[in-house]
Amino acid sequence: MSLPPFQALLDSHGAAVHRFLVAAVGPAEADDCFQEACIAAMRAYPLTQHGSNLRGWLLKIAQRKAIDAHRARARRPVPMGEPPERASDGLFRRALDGHDPVWSRVRALPEKQRMAVFLRSAGDLSYADLAEVLDCSEDAARRNVHEGLKRLREEMAT
Amino acid sequence: MNDFDPVIGAAVGGLPRSGPPPALLRRLATRAEAEGVLDVAYAQVDSPLGPLTVAASRRGLLRIAYPDRPLDDVLAALADEVSPRVLEAPQRLDPVRRELDEYFEGRREGFGFTIDWALTRGFPRKVLQATARIPFGQVRTYAEVAASAGSPRAVRAAGNGLGSNPIPVVVPCHRVVRTGGALGGYTGGLERKEFLLGLERSPAAT
Repeated sequence: MSLPPFQALLDSHGAAVHRFLVAAVGPAEADDCFQEACIAAMRAYPLTQHGSNLRGWLLKIAQRKAIDAHRARARRPVPMGEPPERASDGLFRRALDGHDPVWSRVRALPEKQRMAVFLRSAGDLSYADLAEVLDCSEDAARRNVHEGLKRLREEMAT
Repeated sequence: MNDFDPVIGAAVGGLPRSGPPPALLRRLATRAEAEGVLDVAYAQVDSPLGPLTVAASRRGLLRIAYPDRPLDDVLAALADEVSPRVLEAPQRLDPVRRELDEYFEGRREGFGFTIDWALTRGFPRKVLQATARIPFGQVRTYAEVAASAGSPRAVRAAGNGLGSNPIPVVVPCHRVVRTGGALGGYTGGLERKEFLLGLERSPAAT
């Protein structure tokens, strides 16, 4: 199957991937993650089997880089005075400088809901493509987004 | 995306819409080159014949396209025939840009970079390689080029091969004319052929 030039992928989906990363890891780390994700994608590109859903494929790689970044951040020393419970569960919970607090709340959702909400909202994925990225049915993808949002709504109402 | 309102609609709206910043894309191209994952680099080069799209593999120059070829088509052909790992990455094309500038300013008669013939095959490749040996400022006939490609009677096929030249200017198909001196054809248009022949007739500017 013939694949488009990688530059065309960047032109069509680069903005969505970058937006997703700004939401998922914050503006300070988004650029590095974007670069890492693109290099990993280029490495794998000639053999990809996902020619029909290249945006989803790119976002899936970006998602892995986002998770790596969160883990790296969690390993870094915690600033003095930070409450210990926030430090320990803090893979996704900590607020990031200059970042919309809503995204910090999304980062605190359970993993499936968290990624579903990020990918659907910031990554602009259809439910069909989202299902492929999350390896689940379209119904399950839809459910994860809605449950995540419901939880957000409840938290923000309190 | 309205199914998010009002929960995170505002946050989505606050995300950058303009895509990754240009400086980030430049860093990405540099990094891709360093990591060995950039198979085809391309850039736009200004010239008296209009902005040219030039593309190179790690082995050498692959393609020069006149502006009347849609960029998408040029890149799609490179992706199909060479590798889909294609990025706009002007650094790799810097030597080509510099030598083309000098050529168009009348300060250069030959090119020092290598050519990657990956977009050519068979007899057309032989014709184009024979054409690449025609010295600056000289012309050959289609019959002479066919002969030096090894098939003196394949004059028409030689003409077709020249018409498919992926690297005009550098592989100087403009130096091939009809027996008797008529210009013959040129994929970039006869005006461009005349311009290039005129450029090579005039005394060097320096």
